[in-house]
Amino acid sequence: MIIGLAHYLAVAAILFTIGVFGIFVNRKNIIVILMSIELILLAVNINLVAFSVYLHNVVGQIFAMFVLTVAAAEAAVGLAILVTFFRNRGDISVDDASMMKG
Amino acid sequence: MALQAIAFYLLAAVTLLSGLAVVSARNPVHSVLWLILSFFSAAGLFVLLGAEFLAMLLVVVYVGAVAVLFLFVVMMLDVDFAALRQGFHRYMPLGGLIAVGLAVEMVVVAGAVASRGAAKANELPDASGGAGLPNAEAIGRVLYTDYIYFFQAAGMVLLVAMIGAIVLTLRHKPGVRRQVIADQVARTPKTGMRVVTLKPGEGIDG
Repeated sequence: MIIGLAHYLAVAAILFTIGVFGIFVNRKNIIVILMSIELILLAVNINLVAFSVYLHNVVGQIFAMFVLTVAAAEAAVGLAILVTFFRNRGDISVDDASMMKG
Repeated sequence: MALQAIAFYLLAAVTLLSGLAVVSARNPVHSVLWLILSFFSAAGLFVLLGAEFLAMLLVVVYVGAVAVLFLFVVMMLDVDFAALRQGFHRYMPLGGLIAVGLAVEMVVVAGAVASRGAAKANELPDASGGAGLPNAEAIGRVLYTDYIYFFQAAGMVLLVAMIGAIVLTLRHKPGVRRQVIADQVARTPKTGMRVVTLKPGEGIDG
């Protein structure tokens, strides 16, 4: 049996959904929310690479590389904000993160 | 072909199960470790597709940098993680319902997209864009010509993120003596040394 484009797209779709589910159920834990976002971006990358490979066009892989770059930057800044927040509050609960409300 | 199918189903199952373990693990340290396994098996899927360069990038950047950064932060913060899991079971039914609905929709759409149009034209995967080049060379030929400005913009994004992360987490502790390099460089023998005539039995004052 031949593994086609649809198989990879299905894997990426399910992984994306797992990421969304993770954001739903871990609403208080911002670390797991950040990890869920990483899972979602990984699903996007699988989609891009699968399309790139099955359409015989390299540009999809280049776009996946840029997504990877942005994901790394987002993780670095997000975790830096998290560390600063923890220093100020001594806790990382999302419910308390309302200091910036006007 | 059968071997490829077995490899695909194995890697896909490991990716999805470890993804599920990431969001449902009790301990965030375990979550990060599951995330690393998920990235590794996704890299395996990329190798299966022929996109070796992206697979290596995934291992180096995601596993080597991002996941280890997560691991450091999770271990550094002294947080009561049990309190953060409150509401997990309350949001589970609704979240699961929405997730299953979303997954079914997206899989149906994926099947429809893959079975018509341009995607139907090529049955077999080719990661080099049909040029017969190695994967990394094919990417380099496009990345450094047509997408050179995007490439440099990506470098700028990383630079800004690095400076931002440093600025956010850097703090100066009061009461710590710091090195003043300008003062050190400006020292001459005249300012750095003095000749004192000592009388016997007395110390040097000041």
